[in-house]
Amino acid sequence: MRAAVIVFPGSNCDRDIAIALQQSTGKPTKMVWHQDTDIPDVDLIAVPGGFSYGDYLRCGAMAAHSPVMREVKRRVEKGVRVLAVCNGFQIVTEAGLLPGVLMRNRNLKYICKDVHLKVEDSQSAFTAKYKVGDVIRIPIGHAEGNYFADEETLERLESEGRVAFRYCTPNGDVTADANPNGSQHNIAGVFNASRTVLGMMPHPERLADPKLGGNDGRAVFDALVETLA
Amino acid sequence: MNKVSPITPDVIKTHGLSDDEYKKILEVLGREPNLVELGIFSVMWSEHCSYKSSKRWLKTLPTTAPWVICGPGENAGVIDIGEGLAAIFKMESHNHPSFIEPYQGAATGVGGILRDVFTMGARPIANMNALRFGDPSHPKTRHLVSGVVHGIGGYGNCVGVPTVGGEVNFHPSYNGNILVNAMTVGLAQQDKIFYSAAAGAGNPVVYVGSKTGRDGIHGATMASAEFDANSEEKRPTVQVGDPFTEKLLIEACMELMATDAIQSIQDMGAAGLTSSSFEMASKGGMGVELNMNLVPQREEGMTPYEMMLSESQERMLIILKPGKEDLARKIFEKWELDFAVIGHLTDTGRMILKFNGDVVCDLPIDPLAQASPEYDRPWVASKKQPVVAAKDVKDVPWRDALKTLMGCPDLASRRWIWEQYDHMVMMDTAQRPGGDAAVVRIHSSNRALAISTDVTPRYVKADPFEGGKQAVAETWRNITAVGARPLAITDNLNFGNPQKPEIMGQIVEAIKGIGEACKALDYPVISGNVSLYNETDGNPILPTPAIGGVGLLDNLDQMTTIAFKGEGEAIVLLGQSGEGWLGQSLYLREVCGEERGAPPPVDLAHERKVGDFVRGLITGGKVSACHDLSDGGLLVAIAEMALAGHTGCKLEGIAGHARLFGEDQGRYVVTAKNAAAVIDAAKKAGVTATQIGVTGGDTIGLGGASLDLSSLRQLHEGWFPAYMAQ
Repeated sequence: MRAAVIVFPGSNCDRDIAIALQQSTGKPTKMVWHQDTDIPDVDLIAVPGGFSYGDYLRCGAMAAHSPVMREVKRRVEKGVRVLAVCNGFQIVTEAGLLPGVLMRNRNLKYICKDVHLKVEDSQSAFTAKYKVGDVIRIPIGHAEGNYFADEETLERLESEGRVAFRYCTPNGDVTADANPNGSQHNIAGVFNASRTVLGMMPHPERLADPKLGGNDGRAVFDALVETLA
Repeated sequence: MNKVSPITPDVIKTHGLSDDEYKKILEVLGREPNLVELGIFSVMWSEHCSYKSSKRWLKTLPTTAPWVICGPGENAGVIDIGEGLAAIFKMESHNHPSFIEPYQGAATGVGGILRDVFTMGARPIANMNALRFGDPSHPKTRHLVSGVVHGIGGYGNCVGVPTVGGEVNFHPSYNGNILVNAMTVGLAQQDKIFYSAAAGAGNPVVYVGSKTGRDGIHGATMASAEFDANSEEKRPTVQVGDPFTEKLLIEACMELMATDAIQSIQDMGAAGLTSSSFEMASKGGMGVELNMNLVPQREEGMTPYEMMLSESQERMLIILKPGKEDLARKIFEKWELDFAVIGHLTDTGRMILKFNGDVVCDLPIDPLAQASPEYDRPWVASKKQPVVAAKDVKDVPWRDALKTLMGCPDLASRRWIWEQYDHMVMMDTAQRPGGDAAVVRIHSSNRALAISTDVTPRYVKADPFEGGKQAVAETWRNITAVGARPLAITDNLNFGNPQKPEIMGQIVEAIKGIGEACKALDYPVISGNVSLYNETDGNPILPTPAIGGVGLLDNLDQMTTIAFKGEGEAIVLLGQSGEGWLGQSLYLREVCGEERGAPPPVDLAHERKVGDFVRGLITGGKVSACHDLSDGGLLVAIAEMALAGHTGCKLEGIAGHARLFGEDQGRYVVTAKNAAAVIDAAKKAGVTATQIGVTGGDTIGLGGASLDLSSLRQLHEGWFPAYMAQ
């Protein structure tokens, strides 16, 4: 699998996700500067976390209008997979690649901690190494991760099985207490209709190395390599 | 010359210069300065920039070791950590601005210390902070905690450098003067370290980063004066930070540093353009000529005086090698940052500023630096406090005392704070906040740096010499407790008004104590910062020489944490306990409501012997958990280990408040599957070792009574969120 990471001014998880990808692909990850209008021929585009444009105006709003995002959209039309994490999730929702918005966390604070996620899908290229119902532990680090969409959209997401992960307790119960940021339906990650774009607030790259205290995120990258090899 | 403003005694006073200092200016110049020149003198000779009260004593600190590449005097200190790499670090205060405007004060404190580190060629890999607030019941405290934490997070999270640890204390002495000390650790290639001494007449002087505005004018002068009821009026002198620009500045500088274009570089910190241009020229024995019209400006109609004294953030000054302007310009344009050649170096030894074609400043650099004031201020030694006998302290049942301590403001869990900091970005945080030391992996290796910040201000107040020793020893101990070799420290000396002999005495004796501990532990000072005049309406803070220590773990797989790892393991106390030292202990303060007595002395030979032994146990894989003993003594340490490991324990053979809560120094608790091996090895090494219990269950049991972990956890985790929610 060939992968590229888009770098915006203010991205700060670009190196992290490139490392996690490299660990699974065994190949160097291509870094693409936001002003580039051409993206190398790759199977996966990662839109990383961070504070693109300093979160000014609204998280992800300015990056969504970057020249490179037009090309990302064209690639999505061609079926290239896009993994958008944290600020990346905010950017692709602003760009219209995924429905919904990420609002201020319920407690109005930035939150950095491990959370538990219930895996809701194992059919996509991103989640193929998990089983539905698996509980995984990976961290969040955001102030705006409170997923919101109108009722109609939520219903569509649910009925089409496009919720990828939900915040849950260590035992897998999807409860209000296990919801760190107030997201509707405890949603932590969603797919587009063709399941080729995954946006998620938690950082799978941050726990993809046992030396950092966990390895549950690694399966996302391994699954991509297996599926897209 | 431009029309010169009259320099009246009033003008001199508002610039914070004494009559004697002004006389010296007249001597150096041989004429009256104009306002621009007076402004430059005022910041260069401020306490903040000149260290005029502390210099004489700072010189006595040990600053060398075979692994020290660069000691104090540069933007940050540099140590050799092997494999061609260097760790570059420093701690710096932003106390006065943070009290006036907590969010921006703390945020720009983080921004400033980051620049001090990356200006030397290091990529910042970890931030730490040492915070001191007033009494929790003081009406301002909650607002200040909230603002400072929000500001540190707001800045550090955005630049993408993990905030991995720190310390927080509450005490009424900080009611009117909080302390915000921020530390950054960076990583550099040893052959790619950048210094600030300018060289090469004719070389271009380049300004990069944000534009200059009118914010922060006279910040350094403010930081060199006491506060009073009208300090709020100084809000306009607090700078405003932009972490997004800082992130771009880091990346642009790193990109430029990878080329061969930079001769020297320095950030514009306190006193901005003045101190950076002046210090760079002074260190290199050069002159400098700047055209103020070329300085990128955010506001219209700025005068040279304002430009020279502005403390606008996220700016750097670079001396480029000849012909490298275009290469450098392209990089900064890519990152959408300002780039301007604003002048050049000369061999005249003078600082010449031009504005609209006129010379508005013409100062001799070397004589100005040479004449920089240095005071031997009168001081008196602090009065020794009597040793408190255990029998004179009320013996409260251990369960009640432990519950009080674990839920008190100084010991309660800091989770509320560190969950607001991104402590995982960069994917090298091997030990997160909450342990003895933060551990950050050296990228793409299996080695790691261990970092700890410590000081126990109540000890320093009661005995500045012993307290100074203890602050250094405590960082050394924390770094040892994760299995790392402590290498060097940065010191951030926060004190009151040095013109009071008793305060000056605290400074002198604490520095002596710090120096003694550094020598005994082979643990030199490589950078630091002094913050004086931390008083409001004449009430000084507790003397607070915060120490930031850095150590090296050669093999990350050997790292230990404080958490109990399983059931049935022996709990062993290492180091000599004596009868149990209750003077100045948290037990005495929190349980008995008394702050009195001499603090526990630090026997540095014992400290080193026990620490070296413990480190050997850890790296030899003989122990499964390790925690040093500090605030709250033995039982608090054990409770913290139990909570972290979600495993209880049964203790035996220890009893009495002095043994359980005494704060005797140089001790550790370890757990081991094989207790006999640990105790035998200790005997051979001449280290006192006693098995005091076994892990297991979900309670802490001692002397027929027990306390369940879940209620203890509620107390420990509950205080901070409940307090902040009020």
